[in-house]
Amino acid sequence: MTASILTVDDSVSVRMTTRIALTGAGYKVTEAVDGLDGLNKARATRFDLVVTDLNMPNMDGLRMIEELRRLPNQIGVPILFLTTESDATLKGRAKAAGATGWLVKPFEPDQLIREHRLDDRALVDAVFRALHTLKGSGAMFGFDRLAAFTHHCETAFDRVRKGLAEATPGLVSAVLEARDHMRALVEDPSGDHAAEERYLLERLEAAVSGAAATSVASISETPIKAAASTMPTTWRIKFSLPENSFVNGTNPLSFLDELRAMGECRVLLDKSALPPLEKLEPTALYFHWEVTLTTDRGRADIEDVFLFVMDDMTLEIAALSSDTPSVEVVPSVTENADMPTPVVTVAPLPEPSAPEAATRPVTDAADPKLRRKAESVRVPAERLDELMDRVGELVIVQSRLQQIAANSADIGLRTVSEEMERLCSELRVTMMVLRMVPVATLFDRYRRLVHDLQRDTGKKIELSTDGESTEMDKTVIERLADPLVHLVRNAADHGLEDGDARRASGKPEAGSIRLSARQTGGEVIISVTDDGRGIDRARVRAKAEAAGLIQPGATIADQDLLQLIFQPGFSTASSVTNLSGRGVGMDVVKKAIESLHGSIDLTSRPGEGSTVSLRIPLTLAIIDGLLVRVGEGHYVIPLPAVEECIEISQEEDLRSRGRAFLSLRDTLVPFIRLRELFATGTKPDLYQKMVVVSTGEERVGLIVDQIIGHHQTVIKSMSKLHDDVTTFSGATILGDGSVALILDVGNLVSLGQEQEAQLRAIA
Amino acid sequence: MSDLALKTKAVHDTTAEKIEVLTFEIGGETFALEAAIVREILDLMPEAIVPGSRPFVNAVINFRGKVIPLADIRVAMGMPMTATTIDSRIVVVELDLDGTPSLVGLRADRVNEVTSLSKAGGEPPPRVGLKWPPQFIECLIHREGTFVIFPDLEAIFASKGHTRQQA
Repeated sequence: MTASILTVDDSVSVRMTTRIALTGAGYKVTEAVDGLDGLNKARATRFDLVVTDLNMPNMDGLRMIEELRRLPNQIGVPILFLTTESDATLKGRAKAAGATGWLVKPFEPDQLIREHRLDDRALVDAVFRALHTLKGSGAMFGFDRLAAFTHHCETAFDRVRKGLAEATPGLVSAVLEARDHMRALVEDPSGDHAAEERYLLERLEAAVSGAAATSVASISETPIKAAASTMPTTWRIKFSLPENSFVNGTNPLSFLDELRAMGECRVLLDKSALPPLEKLEPTALYFHWEVTLTTDRGRADIEDVFLFVMDDMTLEIAALSSDTPSVEVVPSVTENADMPTPVVTVAPLPEPSAPEAATRPVTDAADPKLRRKAESVRVPAERLDELMDRVGELVIVQSRLQQIAANSADIGLRTVSEEMERLCSELRVTMMVLRMVPVATLFDRYRRLVHDLQRDTGKKIELSTDGESTEMDKTVIERLADPLVHLVRNAADHGLEDGDARRASGKPEAGSIRLSARQTGGEVIISVTDDGRGIDRARVRAKAEAAGLIQPGATIADQDLLQLIFQPGFSTASSVTNLSGRGVGMDVVKKAIESLHGSIDLTSRPGEGSTVSLRIPLTLAIIDGLLVRVGEGHYVIPLPAVEECIEISQEEDLRSRGRAFLSLRDTLVPFIRLRELFATGTKPDLYQKMVVVSTGEERVGLIVDQIIGHHQTVIKSMSKLHDDVTTFSGATILGDGSVALILDVGNLVSLGQEQEAQLRAIA
Repeated sequence: MSDLALKTKAVHDTTAEKIEVLTFEIGGETFALEAAIVREILDLMPEAIVPGSRPFVNAVINFRGKVIPLADIRVAMGMPMTATTIDSRIVVVELDLDGTPSLVGLRADRVNEVTSLSKAGGEPPPRVGLKWPPQFIECLIHREGTFVIFPDLEAIFASKGHTRQQA
């Protein structure tokens, strides 16, 4: 098998020269006239080396190198480029694109052969790693012969890597042949390859037996399984894996199983690093293991167990002589081989000081069938979105069916319609759950931010979080990320005082920023709280007056004053800092939250700190709604906001004229006649209904003509042309194809409060 | 955008090439829109009035499962309102609103035809003597003894349908 080389050059003379030289040296040469051509040829065939010009028509060399690096069949192929200039930046760019090395034109064809980058350490390392991975993967998927064979190649390459042997064209061709053999081993694992193997390993051995090539020779004739002495030795193996191992898909249990398979095994779990429950990250790995293994295998075999994770872990392997006292007792518990997920094992261990009585070495490997993990599937987000759209359409069709069924006397049709409604509703709930992710994924991002903020501000900041398990729609979470960055920065930069000021006011030196999330009804409230100086009302006022946002000396409610900081161009920081204070930020936050149909509450006590609470609807796609009629129009009120529905008698209705509140079980509830608000110009229905809605504390009654009933509401956003209409947060399509608008409850509640305040002022 | 900027743009945009246009009538006048931006012509359908919105875009409709606003050029042009007739249609066009491609329905008293017109023969709206706000008109084209109005939808929607007098 000869190495095949692709040469890409638009100059026919260069191509011919290269071809003549390389075929003369025994290589198979494929030519391409430009980058595009080269790429197409590379798609079709795997090459062992690519030599390319950089300046070419159609696709230049750099582009082609980049594209080549993405081709799955060309992984790891060395790419050399030809250049006339010895321009360092060009070389840098080509390297960045993925080139392995370069040749300066005009070059000697011999040079090209020599420059097959045999001395390229990076390349040798790459080959070594590839062999290493191949060996590991081979073993993992049961290609034991492939693993064993690759092991020898790897050993040979290891010598090159360590500088004990030189990479020669002989080695290259031996390895290339070995590669073909590996392919054969994959395709036909049970065939008889012994002779072939011996021949190849001899060649490999010859290739690397430069100075003192003894080990390769010995390895090549001993099967790997029997590589070490037959005397059983007891080893003490301590290993700990990085905390994020589970994220990378590493399962420590598999290592334990492999060790168990080698011989008599005693496993002790060291959970001394387990934090108290409140600090525990359920996805982190806190355990270390200590294994006492008696086996006739050698140290290398034990190391092989940890092959894939070797780089990130700490591993201690020590041989124990028989009279060595037993392992010192570490606080440990039963190593549970059945643990399905890390959470399950971690959860029942509240204290790191579990009694030693719980120590029970496990000697037998558990039935692997018992260890089935909770399986999960990764799905691209857009597919979920598509599915969501389909569910939305289905819900609309379902409500049409429902309407037809309601007007029909056909019992069968009605039954089907009811079934349909139930299924749709369930499907919708399932769909929602699929899209939900815990806010922990969001909060985690801010640890790093706070770390950087400490450095930039010189303030000590402690970040605490709670309610991380609160779940929200994935898209909502993504769109919250940036607003929260602004808020955290703002808290660190504007809110928190520096250490001296804090000490002077009797606060702990380290400022606290708290991120919390909780769910109430159909909303999630995410708040950012700091224990800093609070918002300086006087400064806000001065700034707002200077910016012309309010009239000088105007009376303004505290909450309204605070809300001014969300106006565009508003910033109270007297100097522009790196962090915030450019006058952008808070208005951006407000916009982002409003685009999520959310709202912002701000509370601040001077000297004690501020809290910014973002109230975000759980999902953006489908909500449960209450369908009502006002005049001739249909409207949807988000059901989570609805507290109760009341029928108002004519007398009550008449009595309430001219007033804006009704007595409801001894409390006064402000109300809004939607017919008047919407100027329907129609006569009111005989019996008016009041729907009491609330946002947290505040309530308002909405008077409607008719309550139609529950409606699964697929939210459609309103056009930008209706940006100025704040009464509605969106629209939906009803069963008959007509459009109903979705009431923005938060807005109506504040409208009701205003109305009430006005009336009180008059009275 | 100033009137001047809009007008110069209108003049420079004219090319000798003929373009496909849809002609339709509003208040007895003939308007034309480039056919390329027209998505569909709809018969009248149930509208949902949006309380509190500007008269220019006072309603929304269900267009193939999307809720789209319904705009009335009449309001922008300051033309008197007329009742809908059996010929009334909705012309759905795709416009760029603040950088987002958006579908908008335009009310029309009737739609006439799809035809080829050359904007080269067009002239900018006269500054005086025109009963409509000149900034909303891209050009006028003489055709068969009358003229066809090319409304400047971009300017109309940028102004949110307020004529200068109102704004």
